[in-house]
Amino acid sequence: METLVAIVLLTFLAIVAVGIIVLRDLLGAVILLGLYSLIAAGAFVVMDAVDVAFTEAAVGSGISTILFLGALSFTKHEQKPRGNDSVMALIFVIVTGGLLIYGTLDMPHYGRADSPAQSHPDLAVRFIEVSGSEVGPPNIVTSVLASYRGYDTLGETLVVFAAGIAVLSLLGLKRRRPEEESPEDAPGDTPGVKPDDVQSQY
Amino acid sequence: MKLYPRQRHRVLQVVTKLVIPFVLMFGLYVQFHGDYGPGGGFQAGVIFASAFILHGLIFGLQQTRRVLSPGVLRVMMSLGVLLYAGTGAVTMLMGGNLLDYDVLAHDPLHGQHWGIFAVELGVGITVTGVMISLFYGFASKR
Repeated sequence: METLVAIVLLTFLAIVAVGIIVLRDLLGAVILLGLYSLIAAGAFVVMDAVDVAFTEAAVGSGISTILFLGALSFTKHEQKPRGNDSVMALIFVIVTGGLLIYGTLDMPHYGRADSPAQSHPDLAVRFIEVSGSEVGPPNIVTSVLASYRGYDTLGETLVVFAAGIAVLSLLGLKRRRPEEESPEDAPGDTPGVKPDDVQSQY
Repeated sequence: MKLYPRQRHRVLQVVTKLVIPFVLMFGLYVQFHGDYGPGGGFQAGVIFASAFILHGLIFGLQQTRRVLSPGVLRVMMSLGVLLYAGTGAVTMLMGGNLLDYDVLAHDPLHGQHWGIFAVELGVGITVTGVMISLFYGFASKR
């Protein structure tokens, strides 16, 4: 039953992914991206990765949809018609995809108990057996993220911080005056010039 | 991004006012209950930020800026990272390795508890600040 649910979810995922590529309407593509993340979150729940599913649902289908919509306001809502796609690109994509699929052949099968990550004495085995007495929290994911791998999480937080700084230095976070901000604002208004100033110039 | 001006969409505004406290509460729950259930600083930060983003979408950015000014956000972004890295510095000063929370209290388990609490709080604050300021950045241009 679980396998069936996983197959159905992954099929939907593939369909939505194709839809995103085919769709010319960028607004629709953004909404589909949100749907893609939601289905992925469902797939993660099926795989018992609740924390990852939570993140995917909150970030993937929530925040990033909003941010994509914000990014859309900088551009047009319709994708430009593409010119003739070159044959070289097609060959390149097929070869890369083939190599990636070939790479997965070496990976342990889904859910195998004897896969390296599950059976290595310093990884899952140790976390499950001693994290309760060594770190404490009943949620082992929290122990791993915040304590065993605290250094990694520090790096991740720094990445989020750096991303915030980068976007803000591009877009700016100016503290504008309220009257500049209102959407009804007539274009051509010189901000910061009061009528009195204009009068005093004459 | 098109933001709704005031005095329009009454139903949305009323529903938003009702929903926002619950979203904030859920964010806090996810933040401080992450030790016991799914969740943690990152998810909590995103949920917390989404309450403010919802406010911004419905009531207009200008109103949200009154609640949470960009200056506060800038402080939040750095404060979270500082809290995280500061926890690491404190553990080093107290004689442990970087981010080895055992030394924070007499009982190593309590030390771990405090360390994880501080670190997750740092992540939550930074993520909240970054997400809301990204939204401000995108939404203030038209």
